[in-house]
Amino acid sequence: MIGHHAMRVPSRAEQDDELFGAVYDPRVVRRLLPYLRPYRKLLAVAVVAMLVSTGTGVAVPWLIKIGIDSYIATGDLGGLSWLIGFFVANALVNWGASYAQQIAMERVGQGMLYRLRRDMFAHLQRQPVSFYDRTEVGRLISRVLGDVGQLQELASMAVIVLSDFVSLIAIVVAMLLLDVKLGLLAMAVLPILVAVMYAWQPFARRSFVRVRRAISVVNSDLNENIAGVRVVQGLNRQDHNRKAFDVNNREHLDANLSATALSSGLMPGVDLLTGISLGLAIYFGGLMITEGALQVGVLIAFVMYVQRFFDPVRNLTMQYSQLQRSMASGARIFDLLDTQPDMVDAPGAKDMPAIKGEVEFRDVSFGYGSGPDALKHVDMRARPGETVAVVGPSGAGKTTLASLLMRFRDVPEGRGAVLVDGMDVRQVKRDSLVRQMGMVLQEPFLFSGTIRENIKYNHADVSDDRMVEATKAVGAHDFVMRLEKGYDTVLQERGGNLSQGQRQLISFARAIAADPRILVLDEATASVDSHTEAMVQAALKKLLEGRTAVVIAHRLSTVRDADRIVVLNSGRIVEEGRHPELMARDGLYARLYRMNFEESPTNWPVRDESGNGRSGNGRE
Amino acid sequence: MDIILRIWRLMARYRWWLVGAYATTLGALAATLVLPWFLGVAVDRAVEMFQAGHVSTGALLWLGLLLAGLTVLQGLLHFGQTYTAEALSQYVAYDLRDRFYDRVQRLSFEFHDRHHTGNLMSRAISDVEAVRVFVAFGLLRTPYFALLFFTSSGILLWLDWRLGLMVIGFIPLLLLYSIRTRSEMRSIWQRISERMGELSTVLQENLTGVRVVKAFAAERHEERKFDEKNVQVAEESVRATRVRASSTAVMVMVFMLAMALILGYGGSRVINGEMTLGDLTRFLLYGQGLVFPVRMIGWLVSMFARAVASGQRLFEVLDAESAVRDAPDAAEMPRAKGHVRFEDVHFSYAERQPALQGISFEAKPGQIVALLGAPGSGKSTVVNLLPRFYDVTSGKVTIDGRDVSEVAVESLRRNVGIVQQDVFLFSASLRDNIAYGRPDAAMAAVESAARTAQLHELVASLKDGYNTEIGERGVNLSGGQRQRVAIARALLLDPPILVLDDSTSSVDAGTEALFRQAMESLMKGRTTFVIAHRLSSVRRADLVLVLKDGRIAERGTHEELLARGGLYRQIYELQLLPRERKDERRWTPAAAAQGAAR
Repeated sequence: MIGHHAMRVPSRAEQDDELFGAVYDPRVVRRLLPYLRPYRKLLAVAVVAMLVSTGTGVAVPWLIKIGIDSYIATGDLGGLSWLIGFFVANALVNWGASYAQQIAMERVGQGMLYRLRRDMFAHLQRQPVSFYDRTEVGRLISRVLGDVGQLQELASMAVIVLSDFVSLIAIVVAMLLLDVKLGLLAMAVLPILVAVMYAWQPFARRSFVRVRRAISVVNSDLNENIAGVRVVQGLNRQDHNRKAFDVNNREHLDANLSATALSSGLMPGVDLLTGISLGLAIYFGGLMITEGALQVGVLIAFVMYVQRFFDPVRNLTMQYSQLQRSMASGARIFDLLDTQPDMVDAPGAKDMPAIKGEVEFRDVSFGYGSGPDALKHVDMRARPGETVAVVGPSGAGKTTLASLLMRFRDVPEGRGAVLVDGMDVRQVKRDSLVRQMGMVLQEPFLFSGTIRENIKYNHADVSDDRMVEATKAVGAHDFVMRLEKGYDTVLQERGGNLSQGQRQLISFARAIAADPRILVLDEATASVDSHTEAMVQAALKKLLEGRTAVVIAHRLSTVRDADRIVVLNSGRIVEEGRHPELMARDGLYARLYRMNFEESPTNWPVRDESGNGRSGNGRE
Repeated sequence: MDIILRIWRLMARYRWWLVGAYATTLGALAATLVLPWFLGVAVDRAVEMFQAGHVSTGALLWLGLLLAGLTVLQGLLHFGQTYTAEALSQYVAYDLRDRFYDRVQRLSFEFHDRHHTGNLMSRAISDVEAVRVFVAFGLLRTPYFALLFFTSSGILLWLDWRLGLMVIGFIPLLLLYSIRTRSEMRSIWQRISERMGELSTVLQENLTGVRVVKAFAAERHEERKFDEKNVQVAEESVRATRVRASSTAVMVMVFMLAMALILGYGGSRVINGEMTLGDLTRFLLYGQGLVFPVRMIGWLVSMFARAVASGQRLFEVLDAESAVRDAPDAAEMPRAKGHVRFEDVHFSYAERQPALQGISFEAKPGQIVALLGAPGSGKSTVVNLLPRFYDVTSGKVTIDGRDVSEVAVESLRRNVGIVQQDVFLFSASLRDNIAYGRPDAAMAAVESAARTAQLHELVASLKDGYNTEIGERGVNLSGGQRQRVAIARALLLDPPILVLDDSTSSVDAGTEALFRQAMESLMKGRTTFVIAHRLSSVRRADLVLVLKDGRIAERGTHEELLARGGLYRQIYELQLLPRERKDERRWTPAAAAQGAAR
């Protein structure tokens, strides 16, 4: 019943396990340090403030001890008031220091997180399209938001842990200063504590790995269900999905419960040790008092210190799992940051000068992974201003050709070259090249924001006149103006408040507004309605004027007017020429063309005709 | 407060965990309170023995053991308290996730039109976590701290009321202070949540639209967009800390001042012989016991504020009513014959101009209705009303004479199959994707649907056949393959009514034939609504509806409409015909036949 949900767990788990395996990793901390560097001064302020606030905190039992032994025991009221004054001053200093510490630490922490998020985002921007083909979007989102959020916990915890650690040391010093013998006695249990924590640690890690794995399954299930909710409802899958989700959710719950048992299970142990310490202090301290070897105030201060002594340890165990969680998140973050983009600008890559528009594929071969080559020795050329159509059956390599031209992917060294104006595209900065090109993809993708922002996407310098001109050229101006707020209409997620056709018109306008020298249309009208297609076709002549265009199409009627038609089959160019030439040659193109036309009117035979309806009934 | 009460009710469902949590809390509290008392006894005893010059090791040993034992007991109870609190909070989170999931998947299209996926995800992740933390610490620890505070204060008063009053005198001050902080924190957390949601939307769009970003070389632009939100998140967080930090720092200072007071005043009373040293010790220790609760106030306040903000965002979704609901007496819709009528249907999307006005038409079982019109003219809206993805604003839609709004939605949707233009694949095996609407379907049925949908070539090419993972995490299918998966889905459902979009997206000349064959098999014997982009669908339709601005502008068969020479004729000449081929008329049937023969 739970079919695919249960099935897909292992594959994810396998990947994550590797990451979790390296959990306890000083490497992560080392990698985080550079992020702290810009905040050195703030950090110094925070550390000083922390030392001051911890010191003034630890001083309290000591001050009490002085009060009892030096003034109360001797009946010195004047001395006592003097001490109280000091006490109050101590409190005020503590207040100022702890405030300063928290603010400074948060500034540092947030600054670090901000930089991490920024770097991760920038890093993701540098990844080529191929990276996104193999990486799940939800996973990336959980890196940038979820894992960085975990580090946020780390940042705020680091403050607590650090000040706990400092106060631990301060308490040890204070106890030893008060009375060496009693101090050593009280700390006799410390080695046991270390041993216990050491033994406990691997269990905690394992159970925590399970928690993280479970939550990632839960979140991706949820994400998919929301994204695909329209299908879910259309197919009445709600009950089934609820059950499947419950299984994942339940596993997450169970994982958490066992992790909790482990993390809180350490506490009675710590308390037991506190108890032993306390008992030892009372027994021997009491003995020493009665023998006159110890003053009462010292014992009281000891009792207070012993109780506080284990507070940091207790806090540490409470924070332990969070610490690990953060470490694992950190490891995953740096793992992502370490993935080298397999496509970067060559060192010394130049800016692409203004493009005239000559495009050439010179003996280009290209394959994905270990599969057979998607393009084999492709030679193709478009002169400035020409329109070249690329056609062929699916899998022929048309889209690959477009992605090489747009530099979504690069031709490997030695397997030919793509040239624009005679320059190898690998030798120029991608940015400078692509900015002068435009592309319309099959699936229109718009960003949330206004229509204006979408049309001027990445070209904020485009004037409103130019924008309107572009929109008019593709015939979208009228419907935009009919919207309540015209160009300032805010689009919903992926332009949900526009129809598919309207979205595609906007993305045409977006491509044109930037006035690209080279335009690539990758089956741009394949998924729009006939109305939109007709509009685009009518506008296309004008749009392509003065630009080099590479038009990929499966509907051959749309490419008949091209200056040149390149026919691809299984990655090779099998024919090339103008429409009449290709028809005359009577090869693959002619065959595809005929198939296109003969089957289209008859493929759904008119109702009252016999099955294949291959008659010429449709022809007026 | 409502929100807190609702969170409480979520928690109260786990009665035994709750009882356990509070029982251990009370136990831990008792142990915590007894300890200082005996420590005071120990001090007094030690002082007495010192003054008497007589040492009783036995009494000291007994005290030492008692204190050690009490501490261990306290530890065990603390363990129980922490564990039950954490476990209970996990149950609540589990519940919330389950409910959230189910609610979201049942909310109508209208809701999903308004809410971004990223926004909903951030509610499911961070807001659920905020509520969980609040349950674990806020609801379960707060009473502990409060009780610890009040009993400690009570004991202080009882030991010495004057001294006690002085110490407790600080409380109203603290309360006032934390109330002020609370309202401030609340609005800050709300803003942080919102900013996080925006950040997440930018990220999500960037990642899903990566091809557009790349095609525009807009990486820097995107970085700027992200940076803007990123900065806001960081700034808001710092602001939140400023408020919180000032409150915790004040709390600690107040505690230290109280200690100073105890030592000064208490000390003077000991000097005057009005109090023993042991009493002073108790005072100091109980005073120290106040630190934790006092320290926690600031933290609790911010957590409280955060939980209210998060709870609000969660309940907003959990309380959302689907705009499409079963009528109270909704009957099951049996398998329909497929007689569909629209009677004077009007519809408008939320707060927008009417999308449909006065739509009436009829489709008899097995007929084909083709819908034609400009984008935004209402074609999709018409078919969305059929399976009640949206409800009509007025008028009615009937199937076999029954108003669709009067039957159970689920049974209605079983009768309507949809092949959308944009096919959503789930991260699951090919088999599970085909059987998405009928997860229990037999393998043979799935295979037969796949064959009819012309998927066998695809299956054969996949390494694991039907078990191959597809979707985001698995093998990428081409547009044409995706559409055929959708056709197989619909075939397996075998609905009497079918809605389809005939734009054969990303299907090239080669596979188009496959697609058409698949469509052909699918339509057989079903009432079919086609959002038509192709001449062929229009020609064979029994009824063609030409929509314009949400109204039916023309209706009839292809021939009738063509003869009329109106809007249809225009569309025909401008769109349908050129799309098929511009020069169709130059092609004679003879030439076509000749071509086919080759």
